[in-house]
Amino acid sequence: MTQTNRLNKGGRIDRQRILNFTFNGQRYEGHAGDTLASALLANGVNVVNRSFKYSRPRGIVAAGAEEPNAVMQMGATEATQIPNVRATQQALFEGLCARSTNPHSELLSTLGNLFAPLIPPGFYYKTFMQPASMWMTYEKVIRKAAGLGRSPRESDPDHYEHIKRHCDVLVIGAGAAGLAAALAAGRSGARVILCDEQEEPGGSLLDSRELLDGRPASAWVESVMAELANMEEVLLLPRTTANGLHDHNFITLYERRAEHLGDLVPEIDGRKPARACLHHVRAGQIVLATGAHERPLVYASNDLPGNMLAGAVSTYIRRYGVVPGKRLVVSTCHDDGYRAALDWAEAGHQVVAIVDARKHNDAATGHWVRLAAKQGLQIIYGSAVIEAKGKNRVTGARVAEIDIPEFQTRGSVTDLACDTIASSGGYNPVVHLASHTGARPVWRDDIMGFVPTKMTGLIPTGGATGIYALADVLKSGIEAGSEAALACGRQSPEIDLPEVDRIEIAQAAPLFQVPHPKTTLRAPKQFVDLQNDVTAAAIELATREGFESIEHVKRYTAMGFGTDQGKLGNINGMAVVARCLKKSIAETGTTVFRPNYTPVAFGAIAGPHRRELFDPERYTALHAWHVDRGAAFEDVGQWKRPWYYPQSTGESMHDAVARECRAVREKVGVLDASTLGKIDIQGKDVREFLGRIYTNKWEKLPVGKARYGLMCKDDGMVMDDGVTTCLGDNHFLMTTTTGGAAGVLEWLELWHQTEWPELDVSFTSVTDHWATLMVTGPEARHLLAEMTDIDLDRDTFKFMEWREGDVAGVPARVYRISFTGELSYEINVQAHYAMHVWKKLFEHGDKYGLTPYGTETMHVLRAEKGFIIVGQETDGSVTPEDLGMQWCVGYDKPFSWIGKRALTRPDTRREDRKQMVGLKPVDQTVVLQEGAQIVFEPKASPIAMVGHVTSSYYSPTLGHGFALAVVKGGQKRMGERVYLPMADGVTQVAEIVSPIFYDPKGERQNV
Amino acid sequence: MSKVEVFQQQPSGAVAAESPFHFSRQRNPLAPAKGEAGVIMAERPFLTHLILRGTPEVLLGGVRNVTGLTLPQTPCSMNSKEDKSLQWLAPDEWLLILPPGSEFSTEKALRGELGDGSYAIVNVSGGQTVLELSGPNAREVLMKSTSCDLHPRTFPEGRGVSTVFAKTGAIIRRPDAQRWELVIRRSFADYLYRWLLSAGAEYGITTQER
Amino acid sequence: MFYIHCPYCNERRSEEEFHAKGQAHLMRPANPEEASDREWGDYLFFRDNPRGLHQEMWVHAAGCRKFFNILRNTVSYEILETYPMGEQSSVLAEMTAGRERGEPRRAAGAVA
Repeated sequence: MTQTNRLNKGGRIDRQRILNFTFNGQRYEGHAGDTLASALLANGVNVVNRSFKYSRPRGIVAAGAEEPNAVMQMGATEATQIPNVRATQQALFEGLCARSTNPHSELLSTLGNLFAPLIPPGFYYKTFMQPASMWMTYEKVIRKAAGLGRSPRESDPDHYEHIKRHCDVLVIGAGAAGLAAALAAGRSGARVILCDEQEEPGGSLLDSRELLDGRPASAWVESVMAELANMEEVLLLPRTTANGLHDHNFITLYERRAEHLGDLVPEIDGRKPARACLHHVRAGQIVLATGAHERPLVYASNDLPGNMLAGAVSTYIRRYGVVPGKRLVVSTCHDDGYRAALDWAEAGHQVVAIVDARKHNDAATGHWVRLAAKQGLQIIYGSAVIEAKGKNRVTGARVAEIDIPEFQTRGSVTDLACDTIASSGGYNPVVHLASHTGARPVWRDDIMGFVPTKMTGLIPTGGATGIYALADVLKSGIEAGSEAALACGRQSPEIDLPEVDRIEIAQAAPLFQVPHPKTTLRAPKQFVDLQNDVTAAAIELATREGFESIEHVKRYTAMGFGTDQGKLGNINGMAVVARCLKKSIAETGTTVFRPNYTPVAFGAIAGPHRRELFDPERYTALHAWHVDRGAAFEDVGQWKRPWYYPQSTGESMHDAVARECRAVREKVGVLDASTLGKIDIQGKDVREFLGRIYTNKWEKLPVGKARYGLMCKDDGMVMDDGVTTCLGDNHFLMTTTTGGAAGVLEWLELWHQTEWPELDVSFTSVTDHWATLMVTGPEARHLLAEMTDIDLDRDTFKFMEWREGDVAGVPARVYRISFTGELSYEINVQAHYAMHVWKKLFEHGDKYGLTPYGTETMHVLRAEKGFIIVGQETDGSVTPEDLGMQWCVGYDKPFSWIGKRALTRPDTRREDRKQMVGLKPVDQTVVLQEGAQIVFEPKASPIAMVGHVTSSYYSPTLGHGFALAVVKGGQKRMGERVYLPMADGVTQVAEIVSPIFYDPKGERQNV
Repeated sequence: MSKVEVFQQQPSGAVAAESPFHFSRQRNPLAPAKGEAGVIMAERPFLTHLILRGTPEVLLGGVRNVTGLTLPQTPCSMNSKEDKSLQWLAPDEWLLILPPGSEFSTEKALRGELGDGSYAIVNVSGGQTVLELSGPNAREVLMKSTSCDLHPRTFPEGRGVSTVFAKTGAIIRRPDAQRWELVIRRSFADYLYRWLLSAGAEYGITTQER
Repeated sequence: MFYIHCPYCNERRSEEEFHAKGQAHLMRPANPEEASDREWGDYLFFRDNPRGLHQEMWVHAAGCRKFFNILRNTVSYEILETYPMGEQSSVLAEMTAGRERGEPRRAAGAVA
């Protein structure tokens, strides 16, 4: 296929380098320096997509981020699929493979065109919302039919980076204003980041007709970039979109490092660079130099391929050496539209006419107008293109005289034969970023556009503020850069502006929707938002149906939705609303734009936080041993804890847990309990503090002893528990649950810092410092005795006491506390030495049958004893009394401790509160499901739920399943039967029993 | 002094000790970087880490007498001398890092100097370790990991901050122009080791035993 | 993402280092046992939710672990002031003084 629309010379492409690519399966050639869009236009491809709602053929309209139609599904393989790429922003590379996001669908096309009059705005809501429950189903079908791009089904082979940056001045956009601003800020010595979303910096200067210092504008771009590149404190980020502006000048920059290099990121110097990098930037000042998007005119059939933005036509000719047609009609209401005609004529193609909405007298003073007249181009004043003719490509333009204030045409309609219509209604400053935090842009009549509202730390400049004359743009850029630097305490030196010829510009006319001889509702479709298929008629209809707020119109019609974010159509849409409501655009106002400015790959959002780096994994000092031993791991908070240790023979979890349970009950087991939260507390007032924080008493706990404590929030609900030890009169060690450690430490600090700063007490986490080895079982004493110099005599070292001494040659603190109900010694050593002690335990333990056990066995054993787990038996709505733990509540403590007052509120005194009980399934083979709902009367309707199962296991010791549960008024219902209707239709039956299933007198731990 | 339990936690005989990075180095032995390494990681294991709590008035003199270091009172700063450093963590909290094996003697000496005042000293040596980063791209690797500004203008030598690092926390310190130090909690060491290997891959990263 | 000045570290850090802890300057009644059920319920469960200036308590969780107060505009998200625990907002005090002097309210000071 030949590049029929390619010029022999001109443009910034490299004609020596030919690049092959495919589009919708067809092979094409382009050149290095092309975008996918310019290459498609060079090859004369008219239809690049089908429209969302009506499946109408669509062609390339724009040359930048505002392109609504050429939205592509990229990727040569399944794993490299990328949806929603704008062809105008995608650099061409060898082997590029693109498809229309919305391929031609006969069905939708026929339906869309046949029933077009029947698909008014809100059609989908009105039609598919009944019944409401079906919307999810409808939506899937509609989306599939509409084809909004799809994500890959295979894992992305490339990787993505994140980096966090700080700067004094962030300049967004490297066009004329941005370059000038960066220069001014950079020369001040400030830390500057300059980002630009395009393949090359320069913005509109790359295809400008104007000269700077007598040289082409692109030469000035090169010299400024060279100077900036040499500045130590300036960071240049090409191919980088500022896609979100958040609170307090936090900006995300999406840098595409390798999107232009290939389908897969190629290796460079033996390393594979990231495909993209997301920069999280905190900027002192932001210079918003995002320029302006050209605004198309809204006229009938303006969506036919061949309808383009005038500025885009110039860009394709001057930057890419592509003339996207043979015969051009320009429709404009201001001077800049003429430039497309001048470029077209210079390329040797035919300009049929320039249709200018302004009268001759109003337009003729303009520099470009005079130039066009001088070149003999036909200009039709006071008129506009009211309709495009054609089927899959423009074949003609219908032109009529128009009366803008009266919104009507006058006289007869003239048909001009042409294949391209370039329209321009002026410019929309790119205010998207400035409204991401919710600030609303402000309408300015003089420039007929919205500009950013005033925001702290944000300095809009150049086109983004409605300044369009090059000399003024450069000046405003310098001022913005200097102002930004000054705000960061840096003085910019005087900067000489490049010399630019001042050109005369005539006043523009305010034209948005072009009137048509027929009414808007009867005229051929006049598209406002091409990507979402929103027409002027649809907006008019919405206003007739009573939608007056622009936000409501947006949602009702879908204008400015999705990946487009209203770049091309929003202002025209507001103009239509304003016309229909007989208001000004300023009164109508604008919707706010949201991040992201253009789509961002999910890979870039995830960055390196994926797979094994998705979330931190915390390991104990014994982790390597557990791994070597083949432990199955359980996530507890961020910790990886051994769940159970299956034997290499392929032992099942059930069997492994039963074996581990028996070992502890009959011989001796060891648990790595290092994950328990540990807080060292020192100070003269520790006892007083503990008495206020815990429900029970701490005043008289002697040195050498430990005590179980329960912690409530001030609403009386249990929040944590653990054993706290008195190490010295002013020195305690608190343990917390594994998951609650950080929260409890913050909780202690909260009360100390905000309510009781007068108490002398301080808290330090020692969770990671101490490794905790829990040796438990009838043989625990014999085993430990072999390894320690501590006197383990039952009358010397009693239950709930601690001792210091040597264990396997390592100084240790040993606590006689038990979470299994068996004789237990908890050995604490500094974590560096834990592995040594652990291995020594096994050297000595073999003859006692020492068995490592995991969290599952720990759960079974503690549940047999009726010991709660906070977060399992409790859920933030359970009081100590609900748990039957009145023994742990100091009702008569002098200080009204945290949670006490709430225990006498009417709600906490209710008799039918859910209370913890044991459940014994009537069928002894059954293990109830955790979370199962409990009812008293299974046949009642509606059925009243009275509680749920909180823990449930099979007990190898008891020989049957058992459970802990909360049941309304359960503590007074001992012996009663409850029912658990399950999802499979079976109803389980269980008896309410005491939650202590094993050794109720606690004799075994006390031997 | 008897009201606080000070405990010699170090074995007197030969006992194999494992630093927090022991497992990581075994699981991820690092091949030398291809070409010039942009980042060099080196653990400084088994150092003495003590947390000091109290007011500057209570702590200042005693700490100087025992360690020879002045208690830094400017937020986020530290004072170092040879292989000792004392870092501000909060208005009433400092991190004292000393050569290996000195925790018991130092705590005893400090308590002897400070007497019965309101203060706390906690040995956390087993729970954290120091990882040193150097090389031309060390700062970039840190920038991938923390939202703190690490530019020399805002992060001069002698500064140290406690902050979010990757998805956990760490202390970042800049003892001199060539080196960065991370103080890392033991349980997060392997996650951070893997994180740093990933972040340093594009520059070439290697480890050094010290 | 907020950029919050920690009054103890005396510098600004990213929001990710902090935890928000709700309305500031709440006082736990000194004698809880003498509080009525209604008063205790108010203390436990009821909080202000103004449109405009709001005093909040935050903690520098990943930094110095100190609690402090923020005066923040809930509409613009502007943080007007951060100040240590135990102190009062000087900005609010100045506004009150200004109003007593008959000065107009400053733009950000639209207390609902």
